[in-house]
Amino acid sequence: MAEMTYRDAVARGITQEMARDPNVVLLGEDVGAAGGVFKATVGVFDQFGPERVADTPISEQAILGAAMGAAMTGLRPIAEIMFSDFFAVCWDIVANEIAKTRYMTNGQVALPLVIRSGNGGGVRFGAQHSQSVENWAMAIPGLKVVAPSTPRDVVGLLAAAVRDPDPVLFFEQKSLYATKGDVPDGEIVDELGKAAVRRHGKDATVVALAAMVPRALAAAEELATQGVEVTVIDLRSLVPLDVTTVASSVAATGHLVTVEENPRLCGWGAEVASIIAEENLFDLDGPIVRVTTPHVPLPAADALEDAAMPSVARIVEGVRRSLQ
Amino acid sequence: MTTPLAQQLAQQTATRPATPPAAAPAPGTPPVQAPPEAVRLRLYQMMVEMRDFEKRAYDLFLQGLVKGTSHLGLGQEAVAAGFGAAMHPGDYTFATYRGHNHTLARGVQMAPVMAELMGRQSGLMAGKGGSMHLTSVAHGMMGSYAIVGAHLTIANGAAWSSKLRGTSEVAVCFFGDGATNIGAFHEALNLAVVWQLPVVFVCENNRWMEYTPISSVTAVAHPAADRAAAYGLEPLLVDGNDADATYAIASAAIGRARAGGGPSLVEAETYRHGGHSRADPGKYRPEEEVQAWLGRDPIPRYRQRLLDAGIDEAVLVSIEEQSRRAVDAASSAAEASPPPDVSLVGANVWADGGASWRR
Ligand SMILES: Cc1ncc(C[n+]2csc(CCOP(=O)(O)OP(=O)(O)O)c2C)c(N)n1
Repeated sequence: MAEMTYRDAVARGITQEMARDPNVVLLGEDVGAAGGVFKATVGVFDQFGPERVADTPISEQAILGAAMGAAMTGLRPIAEIMFSDFFAVCWDIVANEIAKTRYMTNGQVALPLVIRSGNGGGVRFGAQHSQSVENWAMAIPGLKVVAPSTPRDVVGLLAAAVRDPDPVLFFEQKSLYATKGDVPDGEIVDELGKAAVRRHGKDATVVALAAMVPRALAAAEELATQGVEVTVIDLRSLVPLDVTTVASSVAATGHLVTVEENPRLCGWGAEVASIIAEENLFDLDGPIVRVTTPHVPLPAADALEDAAMPSVARIVEGVRRSLQ
Repeated sequence: MTTPLAQQLAQQTATRPATPPAAAPAPGTPPVQAPPEAVRLRLYQMMVEMRDFEKRAYDLFLQGLVKGTSHLGLGQEAVAAGFGAAMHPGDYTFATYRGHNHTLARGVQMAPVMAELMGRQSGLMAGKGGSMHLTSVAHGMMGSYAIVGAHLTIANGAAWSSKLRGTSEVAVCFFGDGATNIGAFHEALNLAVVWQLPVVFVCENNRWMEYTPISSVTAVAHPAADRAAAYGLEPLLVDGNDADATYAIASAAIGRARAGGGPSLVEAETYRHGGHSRADPGKYRPEEEVQAWLGRDPIPRYRQRLLDAGIDEAVLVSIEEQSRRAVDAASSAAEASPPPDVSLVGANVWADGGASWRR
């Protein structure tokens, strides 16, 4: 067991998979010799060399096209899109090419690839380098969508993503890169589509993802001092979505609150809320509450960004509203 | 330093008189050595089959049996045949929505292609993709892509994979003149050169995008060839209506890629005989232009050349008869196939064969 940062866990996960399978390759802007702009791939280039760790031009379409063509012909590429906001310049390759090709060819083309991307706010970068876009990905049939919240999960879910036979978008939350956690020694491989219950409580179910998980846990601490015990579920992946874990928790608590970093409209919590409303209505003893970033681009100034993103106080207030 | 391909081709002895095309020959098109007779007969057969297949597809479209849309390569067969004949079995083809001919060129049977156009169970992809997405991985036909330009980047990936795995497949990527103005074209060309990938980019310049001439929206006269220098590539222009010429340049470019010599960008000058898609009569094109290019139809032109070279007409007639029979058989087989089972709606989103997104 070693304590390690979320950023170091990314390199550890990539290294674990590249050492295991010679078909795993890494490509992206600055991922090689420079070790990545977030220093999340430090050491990978030194270990595996320039053939398997390829620095690319600033050509997001070319990066993802190369990953796709390589995946359909026998490799298992891990491509990096530096900031998830940049998906907007290569969304065709993601949404039209990678997501649809297996289906259109009736299963002839396999695309075992992973696209990693720095996602989300909290780092004062302004609206074009801060958005949480996991909900964009979730809206496209044919993409799996993963967003880990702990260093341990970074390793285990990245391994699962690399080994998965389908394309996986792997969102690394930028605000978590410096956070630390224990990571067991040896190989770690998780399963996609399994949520983790991070805290057990009888009064309400709080469902969160990535950076919102530690925030929901902080809110749970505060609520506990007020006599309210909440369950905190870390979804870990949006596709596949672990409805079973959420629904069975809601059956026990009667209350559901989602905590989302994405802007309000069509955030992932809306999907979770609609499923629970449609399938588990009679388990609910209060309104479903969604705590989200308001429907605005993210501002840069710390005071404004903090005011926009879900805070511990807003999560506490959201749980209280559901319990009323 | 490799000898420029244009020079290599020019060094070969020209054994045929340059047939004067109705329009000016492509500047820089070198005279070409005739391929062996067996290859020439194969080229002729491929072109005749493509032509017969697509004419039938058009008839079936007018009868309402081919649904949706289809983009015919009528008039552009010499490009598909020349490159198809020069490719090795394991090589990778990446085509556009105008991909029927490129699919047939890889040896895919006519019947499943026709059935795919008709939305039938026996279709190449059981009706899941349709005319614009013909794919047969078993034949190296790695897909037909309908977002202009995207597949140039994907072809790079297949070529990169071949290089990393240390195998010898070459990727050949076909696209229209219109694709040269989209960002993906430029991203793909640059990366292919930087990584020295075994990929050949083939621009089929048929002078028109959908309903607008390429010349009216492009900064240079030759939309692909004039951009080659920007990526350190030699400009390669070829008469795309001359199967000997396309075969020669394809062999040279593919051979160079296979030998580790890196990518090429070829511009094949050609013309589509019909409209852009479906029942478009293509009336926006000047009549003299259409007539001039019909006069350069690659198939009768090649037929005459083979006769001039002393090939017995009976051999050509037998190729033509066989092709007609093959198309008849393919369309009957396709028409006899039932529509796909509706359970296919939920099939093959994922590798497990299904479409489930929840646990
Ligand atoms: C990105 C994108 N923009 C627009 C279209 C619509 N479109 C389909 S074909 C076409 C014309 C393309 O012309 P060209 O590249 O010359 O190829 P051709 O159809 O002549 O083979 C257009 C504009 C598209 N499919 N994709």
